[in-house]
Parts: sequence; structure tokens; C-alpha cells
Amino acid sequence: MNELALHVPAVADTAGKCAPGLPSSFCHHHSLSGCVGGNGLFCFGWAVDNFDRYVTPFFRHLEIVGISVVAGFVIAMALVVLSHRYRALAPPVLGFTGVLYTVPSVAFFFLLLPLTGFGLTTAVIPLTAYTLQIIYRNALAGLANVPPGAKDAGRGMGMTAQQLLWRVELPLATPEIIAGLRIATVSTVAIATLAFLAGAGGLGQPLYEQNGFKTNIIIVGALAMGMALALDLVLVLIQRLVTPWRKARTW
Amino acid sequence: MAESEDVVTVSLAFLHAFGGAFDFILHQREAATKGGVAVGGPGYIWTFARTQLEVSAVALGGSIAIALPAGLVLGHLGRGEFFAVGFGNAGRAVPEIAVVFLLAAVIGIGLGNVAIALGILGLPPILTNTFVAVRQVDRTAVEAAEGMGMTSAGVIARIELPLAAPTIMSGIRTAAINIFATATIASFVGLSTLGDLVTGENIYGTDGVVAGAIVIALLAMVIELVLAGVQRLVTPRGLTLQRSREAA
Repeated sequence: MNELALHVPAVADTAGKCAPGLPSSFCHHHSLSGCVGGNGLFCFGWAVDNFDRYVTPFFRHLEIVGISVVAGFVIAMALVVLSHRYRALAPPVLGFTGVLYTVPSVAFFFLLLPLTGFGLTTAVIPLTAYTLQIIYRNALAGLANVPPGAKDAGRGMGMTAQQLLWRVELPLATPEIIAGLRIATVSTVAIATLAFLAGAGGLGQPLYEQNGFKTNIIIVGALAMGMALALDLVLVLIQRLVTPWRKARTW
Repeated sequence: MAESEDVVTVSLAFLHAFGGAFDFILHQREAATKGGVAVGGPGYIWTFARTQLEVSAVALGGSIAIALPAGLVLGHLGRGEFFAVGFGNAGRAVPEIAVVFLLAAVIGIGLGNVAIALGILGLPPILTNTFVAVRQVDRTAVEAAEGMGMTSAGVIARIELPLAAPTIMSGIRTAAINIFATATIASFVGLSTLGDLVTGENIYGTDGVVAGAIVIALLAMVIELVLAGVQRLVTPRGLTLQRSREAA
């Protein structure tokens, strides 16, 4: 747990020759009047020269988001299948996932630390927990909106309840299920910028290390929002692929 | 065998960490940095909690003051759907911590500036929910009011706002929870919120860190419960009756 204590916030570094908010190591090659030394809004040259420092955190971020969303999707859909069969499960599951959703991520990370220690696990558990509510609720709504006629047709063809669920109801609920997955994915990308507090790295790490340097903040913000947008588009494409009968009405 | 020992070790660590944390909440002690500085205890924690609640309340008030009227007017006119809904979706993708740091770097630190950063985060859910809620108000109710000679302002205030209130409140709840959660990391930009405790292991020890996390989680749940109660209060009785009839 000492790792965190080592990072003195950069805003405190006002003693040296550097402008406030900049780590002194940044000012060796720059005069105070330069873009970096003067902490301009966006120093394009610095961004080009230093882009490689964001590559590893970017892919780590993607990894954290990927694990959390996939785990959340699997758990939420298992709960959906269960509560489709046992209707009484839905209210307690909604209540419990709602409580999980209310716990702020910073508190969640630090509550887990004594149990799971610094690392990926401590970051992934809360992020997974946050996806449950939205995926579960959307999937249930999707199942509830399946036209009764489609179910009757399936039953008329002699389908069992299981076959009906997997071959008729879940496919027809796919747009709502993916809508929930999209919201969960986009929010997870944003919240994962706090995963560094759990010792898991990600884009929050470089953000925090120079948290007064505007160029750095903007790069991290843009990378995170770009990742969210890209993953959102991927999910839209997946939806179009898996629901070919709903041509061109998913955008 | 080894596995059951692991379970025992983990459970003991759990009890140890959480027992110490509750002790930190209830009793004063010397800081881990020594030097006779007293930390912990209800009064000590309350000073951090109060700052966090204050900055959150100011921020939430500000976002309601801007997003609620904007959403009501846009929803009433039926204009700007792309903006109102897109803003809410885009808002989810914004990393809160980046907004806090950027605003601190651009406009400076302090309670007012942090409140502005947090207030920005509260705008999208309130605007989107208000807009969607007003659009979903039963058109026949609006037409009846207009037929009775109500002005636009009257329709908004006496028909659309009450009927949209439950959905608006759920947007305000989302905003409040986001704002309160993000106020925790305001400690990185020099505002002494409960984030000071969770990120100050060198001063407060593990007990202080876990104690801070417990208090943050409990306060978030209290806020959620209070606002859920408010949501129930502002839901017009007619709407509840209509829904239970539809469900029956």
C-alpha cells in the first residue's frame, strides 16, 4: 500500500524553476516561456515526442476494461437466464446490483485492498460490479419486449422453454442487451482511469503522475474518450452482424 | 488443507483491517507519522466529510440550476434532441478525474473551482433525463392544458414538470452520486475531502484508509436513499395510480 504514498502530487512541486504543476524534471530543456515550461493548453511538439509513454498505459487500460466488461456480461447474463426461470429473483438482484453501483469506485478499491492487495484484481472487481446493473436491467427489459406472437409461434413449433429462450427470446432481445453493454462499456472506460488507485495502472497512471500538466491531461482525456468511442462503434457493428434481420435500423 | 488455511488468513486480515478501521472512525489516535498529531475519531472525520458534502451540494445545486431549466425548455419546444441526448451519452465517456485536473490547471484550485468541475459532471444526466421525461409526458394532458388557455410557462410548470418529476429525479440521483464520488478525488487538487484519508496511508495508516472508504460508501448510500425518498415524494399521486392500473 506504500506505492501510493510515493507519488507526491505534481501540483505541490512549485519550489523549483518549473512552472506550478510541472514536475521539475520537465523543465531541464525548456525555458519558462516555452509551451511546456509555461504549461500551455496543448503542446503539440511535446505530445508528438512523448507519445510512446502512453502506449503501455493505453493497452493496460484496454485490458482492464475488457476483463471487467466481459466478466460483467457473463455474470449479468447468467443472472438474466436464472431470473427468467425464477421470476422472484429479479427484485433482489436489481436491489443488490443497485447497492453495488452506489459505492463510489475510490471507496470500493480501498475497501478491497486489505483483501486482494494492489493489482489488477482490486481494479477489476468494482468495475465488473458496476456493469451488472445496467446489463441486467436492459436484458430483462429486452426479454419483456419480445412480441408474444413470436413466443407463441415458437411454442406452436414444439419448442421447450429452454429452446424458446435461446432461439427466440434472447435473439430478439439482442438490441436491448447490446444497448446495455454499450452503456456499460463506455462508462467502464471512463471509470477505469481511477484503476491506478488500486495499483492496476491504465491511463490514470500517466494522468496522475503529471496531473498539473495540461497537455498530459488532454492527451489522457482524448485517449480515454477515443477508446470509449471506438469500443462503442465495435459493439454497434457486432449488433448489426448478429441481428441481420434488423437491417440498417440500429444506428 | 492449505486452502482452508488461506481462507482463515484472509478472514483474519479482513477482521483486522475492518476492526481497525472502525476503531479509527470511533476513537482518536496518534498519526502514523508520529509527532503527537492526533487523527481519527468522529469529529476529525466529520471535517473531511463536511467539506466533501459541501462541495458536492454546491456542485449539484449549480448543475440543477443550469440543466433543469434547459431540459424543460428544450423538451417543451421539442428542439435539440440530438444535443440533449447526445450530451448525456458523451458525458458518460468523460473521465471525471481528467476534468478535475484540467479545471484545476486552467482555473485553479479551491472549493469554488472544484465545485465548477464537479458541476460540469452533473449536467449531462440531468439535462438528458429532463429532456426525455418532458417528451414522454402524455400529449393529451398538454393539449388539454393548452385548450384551457394555459400559457407555455404554465404548461411547463404545472403539467410537464410534475409529470416528468420522477424521471428528472432519477437523473438528479445519478448526478448526485457521480458528483459525490468524484468529490473524493478532489483531495488531489488540494481540497480536504474524505479522499485525503484514503490516499493518506503514510499519515493515517491502513486503518484510516479503510475507515475513509467505509465512510465514503456509507455517505453515498445515505445520499441515494434520501434522494430516492425525494423521488417518491415528488411523484404525483395520479401517476402512481395510473401505473398500478397499467400493471394490473
